[in-house]
Amino acid sequence: MSLERITDPREIEHWTGHMETDYVYTLGIAGEIFFREIKENAKIMGAKCKKCNLIYVPPRLFCERCFEKLNEWVEVSKRGMVHTYTVAYIDVDGSKLKEPIVWAMIRIDDVHGGFVHKLGEVNSQDVKIGMRVEAVFEDKEKRVGSILDIKYFKPVG
Amino acid sequence: MFVKKRVAVVGAGLTLFRRNLKETGRELAYEATKMALDSAGLNLKDIDCVTLGSAPDAFDGIHMKGENLVDGAGAWRKPYSRVFVGGGTGVFVANAGWWHVASGLFDTCLVVAEEKMSSCFPHPQYAFTTIFDPIMDRPLGINLVWIFALEMHRYMHVHGIKKEQIALVSVKNKGNALNHPCAQLPAKITVEDVLNSEVMVWPVQRLDVSPTSDGAAAIVLASEDVAKKVTNNPVWIDGVGWCIDSTYWTNRDLYYPKYVECAARMAYKMAGIKNPRKEIDVAEPYDPFDYKELHHMEGLLLCKKGEAPKLTEEGVTQRDGDLPVNPSGGLLGVGNPIAAAGLMKVCEIFWQLRGEAGKRQVPGDPRTGVAQAWGDLMQYGSVTVMRS
Amino acid sequence: MSAKIREYPGEEIKTRDLMEGRVPVVRWRPEAKYAWAAGVAMSRFLKELKMGRIIARRCRKCGRIVVPPRMFCEWCFRPTDEWVYVKDTGIINTYSVSYLAADATRLKEPIIVAVIELDGASKGIGILHVLGEVKPDDVKFGMRVKAVWEPPGKRTGAITDIKYFKPVQEA
Repeated sequence: MSLERITDPREIEHWTGHMETDYVYTLGIAGEIFFREIKENAKIMGAKCKKCNLIYVPPRLFCERCFEKLNEWVEVSKRGMVHTYTVAYIDVDGSKLKEPIVWAMIRIDDVHGGFVHKLGEVNSQDVKIGMRVEAVFEDKEKRVGSILDIKYFKPVG
Repeated sequence: MFVKKRVAVVGAGLTLFRRNLKETGRELAYEATKMALDSAGLNLKDIDCVTLGSAPDAFDGIHMKGENLVDGAGAWRKPYSRVFVGGGTGVFVANAGWWHVASGLFDTCLVVAEEKMSSCFPHPQYAFTTIFDPIMDRPLGINLVWIFALEMHRYMHVHGIKKEQIALVSVKNKGNALNHPCAQLPAKITVEDVLNSEVMVWPVQRLDVSPTSDGAAAIVLASEDVAKKVTNNPVWIDGVGWCIDSTYWTNRDLYYPKYVECAARMAYKMAGIKNPRKEIDVAEPYDPFDYKELHHMEGLLLCKKGEAPKLTEEGVTQRDGDLPVNPSGGLLGVGNPIAAAGLMKVCEIFWQLRGEAGKRQVPGDPRTGVAQAWGDLMQYGSVTVMRS
Repeated sequence: MSAKIREYPGEEIKTRDLMEGRVPVVRWRPEAKYAWAAGVAMSRFLKELKMGRIIARRCRKCGRIVVPPRMFCEWCFRPTDEWVYVKDTGIINTYSVSYLAADATRLKEPIIVAVIELDGASKGIGILHVLGEVKPDDVKFGMRVKAVWEPPGKRTGAITDIKYFKPVQEA
């Protein structure tokens, strides 16, 4: 009875390959309304749950707390507060960024929720938790119905 | 056999099964789960825990999709687990729900299954190639359908079965699906239609295969005391079984699914079934391909090896026959959103045993039913025996 | 309960609508590349393929000679005991004729794929490969086949160092 071991790592063969599939994600019933309003009107919509007295952003088809279907849509503020943030020096693939990017979690005023998004028109050293910010949208012709239709959030007085 | 509490199914829900649905995976899970809760007259706060089944993340294109689906599955701030055993998931998740309640740890459990295969391009079949060994199998250009074709051909060769006999299953199931409100491909076809359909991987032809689909299903499980308060017609889960065979699939003889037999014996022993052919009133074996229904009927010990085609030819497996098989229309007729398809079969047995299957109802007041799913590299069998 | 349900939820859309942008979507391609360690057994297997040989492992307890080789026997759950060369000939256990490529596109010329039980390995122990120099209608269960190898200079240490298996006359 033997248990052969390889002690020289160069003896280990490797087999390489990749996963080549493309993904197409539907926005869903709630998502379509949300992104349509962003694209057409630069409005941020929330879904209201009357039972739990909450307005959800991003909006959803149902309330995960009480499990009721949500039918009431309301426009919410484009302003909010930096709940937390981080300064990234490396890109998604691990390479160095030319300029650091500030990513923040922004709590939109008077709603339950908010966005993870970039901060712009601000130096990374000047960012503070609790800072008030506002969404800056792309021009209408450039908007496609994507989260990137919001270019970034900028500080407001 | 020590079971702390007897477990019943008290509600069920199902979305449409279609090639493409607009809803996100989470929304699909919500629709099925809400329907199941409403049908049982229960709220989310009556639910103690949730278990969800969903097959490869590579279909929906969302890694850790078990977590992604949580809110739609009613699992917000509840004990939660996701199970995944390939195609066996849909019935195995019902088994998993069973042990949550049978152990005495929880009184109620939501069991949810979801699949959204439409996100994957060029075709979900391509995502499937990653199931195969990268060194031995993938370099040959393997397509998922190959392993089914190799298994079907071996089964036909060992027992001398002809394609005409196997095609009868597709004719039966697609026909049965005409009465299923969620069905994706209900159709009145003939054996000639099957034999004339496009050859994909011989002997598999297009009408031998179930489609890829989006869809979700859900059931509510309750322990005996709770079940009796919720409904006066609970359907008991009396037997559960599951088993897996070696991944070295080219080292096995594919003509017979031994692993399905092992899972079936485990479930039958628990349910006290000694003569499955006589004691089971209605069966929903997994039918992603028509020959699979026959293969699994034999694995479920509903007939001798090689005998399933004869039972089909004689009409025994029709809805009004002596042993109705796949009265729902199966995967061939209703659709195949992998995990949701298996749980759809459990829902079907639930409705059949309560006399609520509408136009699909098998006559004669069926009392005992079995649902079975299969998965992975021709390896996995999961079985649930239910009684009213 | 199904008697009470009036409507089953789900909003159907067509694949064409998704592909042609009539339904709003987000597109994404994962750039996932892999370098799988072949492991102890398969590293040796691949080296042997490069030299034009097929190698297997024997478990002395159950007596099986298995290919693809593995360092442990999954039946006895103990390490396997020795390397054994098997022949590059065998018989067809099952086969099928594929008109589908891996990405589900249609092939003009079909691929004949088979599970081949190799001579020298235990009964029922086979590998997956493709058949060549034979027409689909002439393939039979139990037919005797032999590997056709790439020339030594073209072998890289892969299962494709065997181009295909072709029929041979019974000895």
